[in-house]
Amino acid sequence: MKLSEYPIKGRFGNFGGKFVPETLIEPLEELERAYKEIKEDEGFKKELDYYLKNYAGRPTPLYYAENLTRYLGGAKIYLKREDLLHGGAHKINNTLGQALLAKRMNKNRIIAETGAGQHGVATAMACSVLGLKAEIYMGSKDVERQKLNVFRMKLLGARVNPVESGSKTLKDAINEALRDWVTNVENTYYLLGSVVGPHPYPQIVRDFQSVIGREVKEQILKLEGKLPKALVACVGGGSNAMGIFYPFIDDDVELYGVEAGGKGLHTKEHSSTLVAGEEGVFHGMKTYLLQDEDGMIRETHSIAAGLDYPGVGPEHAMLKAIKRAKYFSVTDNEALEAFLILSKFEGIIPALEPSHALAFTFQLAKKLSKEDVIVVNLSGRGDKDVELVQRVIKVE
Amino acid sequence: MSDIEERFRALKQREEGALIGYITAGLPSIKDSFQIAKALVEGGVDILELGIPFSDPIADGRTLQFSNYLALKRGVKPKMVLELSAKVKDELKIPLAILSYFNPIYKIGVEEFLALAKDSKVDGLIIPDLPIDEGEDYVKLARKYSIDTIFLAAPNTSEERLHRIVDSTRGFLYLISLYGVTGEREKLADYTLNLIKSFSWVKSKVNLAVGFGVSNSKHIKELIRAGVDGVIVGSAFMKIVNEGKDLELTVRNLEDLAKDLKEGTRFKDIY
Repeated sequence: MKLSEYPIKGRFGNFGGKFVPETLIEPLEELERAYKEIKEDEGFKKELDYYLKNYAGRPTPLYYAENLTRYLGGAKIYLKREDLLHGGAHKINNTLGQALLAKRMNKNRIIAETGAGQHGVATAMACSVLGLKAEIYMGSKDVERQKLNVFRMKLLGARVNPVESGSKTLKDAINEALRDWVTNVENTYYLLGSVVGPHPYPQIVRDFQSVIGREVKEQILKLEGKLPKALVACVGGGSNAMGIFYPFIDDDVELYGVEAGGKGLHTKEHSSTLVAGEEGVFHGMKTYLLQDEDGMIRETHSIAAGLDYPGVGPEHAMLKAIKRAKYFSVTDNEALEAFLILSKFEGIIPALEPSHALAFTFQLAKKLSKEDVIVVNLSGRGDKDVELVQRVIKVE
Repeated sequence: MSDIEERFRALKQREEGALIGYITAGLPSIKDSFQIAKALVEGGVDILELGIPFSDPIADGRTLQFSNYLALKRGVKPKMVLELSAKVKDELKIPLAILSYFNPIYKIGVEEFLALAKDSKVDGLIIPDLPIDEGEDYVKLARKYSIDTIFLAAPNTSEERLHRIVDSTRGFLYLISLYGVTGEREKLADYTLNLIKSFSWVKSKVNLAVGFGVSNSKHIKELIRAGVDGVIVGSAFMKIVNEGKDLELTVRNLEDLAKDLKEGTRFKDIY
């Protein structure tokens, strides 16, 4: 069986499923039906392509990082420039797709969760341009840490609801969005931001993000006349990684996912769910989790807020279990170093999230030959992180 | 017939509805939690639900979110809740169900958990984030250990699906009264009584109890009059526990509330 055929009956092997309160079963089935319909609909595809091209700025370049390649002295490194998209990250691929889907379903009220605010901002943008009402749930701790993104969301016309429960971060924002959804199922569309949650979300988000990998395939064949040796992407929930992996999933291409190692795996302050977690059920899915010995969900840490989540998409869980993809962990400090190196050698300031993918790529490139090609998904730009980086290191 | 079903049968003979009381186990402290259970039972609760606290209770409103949070902070663990269950069964002789989100059960292992629950004399299990579609193995194992599988139904559950839920349900069917999370409400939702009417056919197969937002004896009278076999009250009790400073006073307030609510379930005999 081809891996690209998953999910099968809402599952990725043993993972995925729909572990939700009964009230959400009906709206999830409604979503599944609506998605099936638009997936084959040429009109929908055309409309989405229009917005991806003219509003978001697709296709994004596949850039050969020559300076970096020379500096490392190994495999050729290409960067997929999702950082150049409107909003500064890959998130807009998904929010435009789902917002258009919500419109088709006649749901005019959109709710979403956000951690650092990137998905919240991308949701607010898509809703603004498509004439939908957006309400964003955000942990109150994140509201405090990410004031600028809160302001951006408000400028874009969204309402931001701070969440005071639990650890007051992303997982609690998702909890609260789910509570809102069970209360307002009739008129509300829940626009999830990653390849997580109950079926069909992991599939929907992956499909909308797969435009990344499809473009890479076309571009690299034109540039190099062959498929890359390896693809590298960072993994929090895992949407940018699934987006670049999926079109290559049945090809002879190595897939590497890089998780946030925070202050190190020997501490509890990390977000390396696949590398250091274990199976469990959370946010509607069976997947790998960071949890304590009683099955309580743990608080996590990463310098990159976009990777700071105790679960991970169920498709990644499957790819790990069957060893189709390999997952590694990179610490805050290693990511910071990569952040500096890319800025200096290529004049590109990456977000801290893909800086994790870069840090791993630096090790991998040195082990491969000069004929090999690595494509890294540069999923977001670093403007949002500049202030934080300035605080933690001294730039000479 | 399980203890839970037996209690419903006895209550029906007396033309009373069942008052099902939920508490988050381990509050106000692990030591005093038994006193809370006892207060409910002495006030007139017919069936007790003991909640295992969870870090992320997505089906719960503010009151129960807080009690879950507080219980975890005070060190309550799933196995302690099972120990409390055994003590409650031994000393209070009441039909008892455990309410837990799925992950703590999955972590222990579904069969292992059921075996432990059986050892702790638990009669039934409610798992709010385990719908029937994901619960096939669980249902089979629960039959093996003779533990009631109490499934939930929602206002938007289709009739075709409801048939399947009823087939998998033992003890009672837990009907969610409204679109939303748990928590006290001033009024029942305007569609709740119609909902009960459209669900009434299930009563020939399972006991039907209604929960979420059921907060006072006025609600209970309306629900019992509409024909349900039982009502579930949680947040109204836990609000008293969460806010209580003095154990004796808390116990008295709980007992008074339970008495008042129990009166509501006796409303049937007027008709």
